Amino acid sequence: MDKRNDDLPLKEAIEGGTHTPRQHDSAHKHVAGTADYTDDMMEPIGTLHACLGLSTIACGRILSVDLDPVRTAPGVVGVLTADDVPGLNDVSPTGKGDEPIFPRDRVDFHGQPLFAVVAETRGAARKAAKLAKIDYAEETPVIDVLDAGEDPRLVTDGMTLSRGDSEAAIEGAANRLSGTMRIGGQDHFYLEGQIAFAIPGEDRDMTVWSSTQHPSEVQHMVAQALDVPSNAVTIQVRRMGGAFGGKETQGNLFAVVTAIAARRFRRAVKIRPDRDDDMIATGKRHDFLCDYEVGFDETGRIEGVDFTYVARCGYSADLSGPVTDRALFHCDNAYYYPAVTAVSAPLFTNTVSNTAFRGFGGPQGLVGGERVIEEIAYALGKDTLEVRRANFYGETGSGRDVTPYYQTVEDNILDRITDELEASSDYQARRAEIVEFNRTSRVIKRGIALTPVKFGISFTATHFNQAGALVHVYTDGSVHLNHGGTEMGQGLNTKVAQVVAETFQIDLDHVKITATTTGKVPNTSATAASSGADLNGMAAQAAAETIRQRLMDFASDFYEVPEHQIEFLPNVVRIGNQRVAFAELVQEAYVARVQLSATGFYKTPKIHWDRDAGKGRPFFYFAYGASCSEVAIDTLTGEYHVERTDILHDCGHSLNPALDRGQIEGGFVQGMGWLTTEELWWDDKGRLRTHAPSTYKIPLASDRPKIFNVTLADWSKNREATVRRSKAVGEPPFMLAVSVFEAISHAVASVADYRECPRLDAPATPERVLMAVERLKASARETTENEASHVQS
Amino acid sequence: MPVFSRHSIRFLLNDTLVETSAVGPGTTLLDFLRIDKRLTGSKEGCAEGDCGACTVLVGRLVDGEVAYESVNACIRFVASLDATHVVTIEHLSAPDGPLHPVQQAMVDEHSSQCGFCTPGFVMSLYQLWLTNPKPDDYALEKALQGNLCRCTGYAPIIRAGAAMGRTPPEAATDRLTAMRERAKAELERLADGARVDVEYEGGRSIVPDDLDDLAAVLEENPDATIVSGATDVGLWVTKDLRDISPAVFVRHLPEMHRIEETDEGVRLFGCVTYTEAFSVLSKRYDGFQRLLERFGGEQIRNMGTIGGNIANGSPIGDSPPTLIALDAELTLRKGAERRTIPLEDFFIDYGNQDRAPGEFVESVFVPALRADQRFAVYKISKRREEDISALCGAFNVTLDDAGTITAARIAFGGMAATPKRAKAVEAALIGKPLDLDTAEAAREAFETDYQPLSDWRASADYRLLAAKNLLTRFVMEKTGDEAVQIVRHRPALEEA
Ligand code: FES
Ligand code: FES
Repeated sequence: MDKRNDDLPLKEAIEGGTHTPRQHDSAHKHVAGTADYTDDMMEPIGTLHACLGLSTIACGRILSVDLDPVRTAPGVVGVLTADDVPGLNDVSPTGKGDEPIFPRDRVDFHGQPLFAVVAETRGAARKAAKLAKIDYAEETPVIDVLDAGEDPRLVTDGMTLSRGDSEAAIEGAANRLSGTMRIGGQDHFYLEGQIAFAIPGEDRDMTVWSSTQHPSEVQHMVAQALDVPSNAVTIQVRRMGGAFGGKETQGNLFAVVTAIAARRFRRAVKIRPDRDDDMIATGKRHDFLCDYEVGFDETGRIEGVDFTYVARCGYSADLSGPVTDRALFHCDNAYYYPAVTAVSAPLFTNTVSNTAFRGFGGPQGLVGGERVIEEIAYALGKDTLEVRRANFYGETGSGRDVTPYYQTVEDNILDRITDELEASSDYQARRAEIVEFNRTSRVIKRGIALTPVKFGISFTATHFNQAGALVHVYTDGSVHLNHGGTEMGQGLNTKVAQVVAETFQIDLDHVKITATTTGKVPNTSATAASSGADLNGMAAQAAAETIRQRLMDFASDFYEVPEHQIEFLPNVVRIGNQRVAFAELVQEAYVARVQLSATGFYKTPKIHWDRDAGKGRPFFYFAYGASCSEVAIDTLTGEYHVERTDILHDCGHSLNPALDRGQIEGGFVQGMGWLTTEELWWDDKGRLRTHAPSTYKIPLASDRPKIFNVTLADWSKNREATVRRSKAVGEPPFMLAVSVFEAISHAVASVADYRECPRLDAPATPERVLMAVERLKASARETTENEASHVQS
Repeated sequence: MPVFSRHSIRFLLNDTLVETSAVGPGTTLLDFLRIDKRLTGSKEGCAEGDCGACTVLVGRLVDGEVAYESVNACIRFVASLDATHVVTIEHLSAPDGPLHPVQQAMVDEHSSQCGFCTPGFVMSLYQLWLTNPKPDDYALEKALQGNLCRCTGYAPIIRAGAAMGRTPPEAATDRLTAMRERAKAELERLADGARVDVEYEGGRSIVPDDLDDLAAVLEENPDATIVSGATDVGLWVTKDLRDISPAVFVRHLPEMHRIEETDEGVRLFGCVTYTEAFSVLSKRYDGFQRLLERFGGEQIRNMGTIGGNIANGSPIGDSPPTLIALDAELTLRKGAERRTIPLEDFFIDYGNQDRAPGEFVESVFVPALRADQRFAVYKISKRREEDISALCGAFNVTLDDAGTITAARIAFGGMAATPKRAKAVEAALIGKPLDLDTAEAAREAFETDYQPLSDWRASADYRLLAAKNLLTRFVMEKTGDEAVQIVRHRPALEEA
């Protein structure tokens, strides 16, 4: 057979393979306004709109509910209450049964959904929802963790990590100190709010378009609420307008409500809560109270440390168990603790049930650990960076390489990252210049800090670390790709498609990315824990490799060429001495009845975790990074501004440096918002008063560091066999923002000659900064007066 | 006065003429675009004018040319759009054509992640590009203050803004430039001199033709809701679900946009927008430039009006304390009658202003500063920009030749139920030299003047302390040359 075709153009590399900075696959549609989000979809005739009726108190018994005014309002088709749920009245994601769709007899937080009204238009539904007459017997709510009393109620069991005898170590240390820090929560403020759109099918089928990170869970929730098997429910997700963890479980209720309504009224039903309702009725990042006690030597090296992390979880467990666990997993951040005890307490409060948010408790844990470093540095009069270095994990085998959960750190690159960033940011010289500036500047003070991040990658619930994918190759050589991950802006689809393109050695535009659907890839995990590309990339690669192997086998057979002489070159397959276009080979394989569709599956190796013992290897690997920020504060008002930030971050062998850079910049600024201006404020009745962008302030363009240098550690490769040796990047950069927080702290400390840790709580709003300045000024005055009186006496 | 009434709203939407009677006074442009017209490129992120996902351009005839400004479609009412040109994201590039230069820059720089904020950013950048295709960082940040992005950290969007000017506005690259003459002709034709009066599903919208017509409409309908920039009224509708019918729309009236500058001062008519007002005021009064930079976002500054900011009597509006410190006077009009009162007397109590039914804020007069006066205004908010003030303080002192304070007007927002003067502080200053000792001695007096509240913006303690410190800042600034404020963009400010 002679099909030799040496004229086929041979490119050096495919377009859009892995490790290239490809655009997000929807970039063109985003900028043109043609990317469809759930609310942009064409609505079938007769589509109804639902609106939730929210409780107006935080805690109490429901005495009576009169929904007649709602029912008879213009445009209303019907109302739904707990009585209208065909199946199980629960959407708790961990099977605890503590999260009713609609409660029957009591209210546990202000803004709790009590009923839904379904109307011809969204406006009619919103107006009607306000007409409900509900009487309550109000009880005193527990709003703050400090209100919880001596023997507080937990929403789920806490965890303890313990290695060595920390009490004895602290006792025996030359220096000791202890303190408390409040670490605020955070609203996700995804730009696209929660939304679900259900379309009833024949039999008892239901299709729901849901803005969710976890289609499989929504499928199970809908099935359970409708009392149908999972195979009757299909969940679809093309893209989300941001999620950040806020759509890992929080979409469940909305999807379930539309499905119940769609079943009941036999019409398509959409729900899109107003921004204020969304912020009031859905969970947020947990805020924590962190107590610490530490013993350390003269060099600042920690000998023993104790932490207690108390979290405001809200009225139900949701994901508070794993979130508070992860806080403990990151109390060490980059530091080796010779002896440590860390305890979590996930507290019940009469507030909305807090949930996943980028970092999943890790950032809060890490901030507590970093506070201890700061305390030690100010206590000893040292640069915080020096104290950090003194406590870094050592090389494997150094005896300083085991975490509080007994996992050995095998891929430590902290020293190299820190050294490089210290040099590139010119940290030492700038710090000296800043200290000099502060000596003479009366009002404006400046500060600088360089902080590291080490973040564990994997779901700590081991069984979530699995993924599936489905790949079809059509006879024209085009590829259809589906996987279990969801696209929320992180560019997951682009990365996974790059992996598939690379595997087949075809240009990226031959790979079509399709909406995530439970009908194609079943039993998926949430797209969360930064794991999207790690898991789904591997699964898709496995599927593509299966097909590629079939093509290989076929070619070897058909062209009578041994396998080692077949090579997938860019868009072309070299078979012995001839070259065949990829599409041509595919066509030939089809004719020869080769299956051109395959599923792929992946499960993360090596990981295991025994929660009760607090031992194991919960993480496949660690991602590292460091950032250096410089700020200026106004000591008259507490206002501040970030002058410059330098970041060096480890993405392993980056699958897509442009998208990874986007995650770093975006994660950093989001983290900065968390630690600076984003403040959740509940009044004494338990009403969240910061429930809209007018009152809840996420960063603006003019808040980003004025000079913002972001570099990927391009020398890094994952030591574990991850997809193309890349590393996860969704969450770790979020914590790089700690450098801003500590730089502010450094500037504040200048008013007391850096002799006292400012103990800023997070977020460091201008108010907190000013109050800390005043506190430090007062104590500096006191010290000076004392010193003066000593001299006199 | 108009000679006839018209019962429909007419405007140019991208390249299509829209004429409709099927809108109520509370129908927002965003709902109209997304639901009625299925133009779903503009997104709803908040429905309160704070996120910019809904940003569109509205062009209207100004001095014979079509001037475009970015606005928030979520709180802009369709009834206010008569005789305008509405430009949405869908108009930037033809469906199968190449991307617009601004869009292409956003793609090249990886400026979108989830993409939900993106059409709004494109539109804000687009407005900037039309007049300033090669903006510096300062101009970019200012233009984007009304747009929130939760994904990107903004850096790539700023990079796109810096790159977009590679292709400047020309007919070949910009559909709006290409259709300028047509748009102008259409708008001239649409401005037919009619009073627009539309009734739909029980709601009534009235768009008077000129100032006298407005006065007449209000006399006929003294309880009508006056809708100016809709930056407040918009939220009454989208958040409180209030019925604002009958509503009278005034924002378009050319006479209400007048700014009269004389040696004696500046007269601003009620519908002068913040953008317009501040550009004039910042040249004459210190500190206004910085206030402008921190006041709302670009879209809000383009929409919101001085008259509205005053008339709604918000205790946290930033212009009233400033104007009170400058001893501004307010002219109210009802029918043909006018009365003029000191602005500070207008604010009686929380939610209670000295405005009779049928009366409207016609103009405010701001006296010029004399050489012997020292003035400054400071805004403090949790987030530096586009945030409602925790407090806003304005200082105006008069000095004699010896440097002694002979008169003082100090007013604050955010410290009481209304914008209010600090009379005890003023008294403590008069007769003293302008120096830090005087400031130190006067600090306590703030406690006599104000008993602020604690809320989510700030605690009472912070408000009081910061107010005292602002006096210190004022004195330091007026007597020394040391930097006492954080300045992000020094060069730009020096130019200003
Ligand atoms: S939707 Fe947020 S400003 Fe309009
Ligand atoms: S790209 Fe997601 S909010 Fe801007």
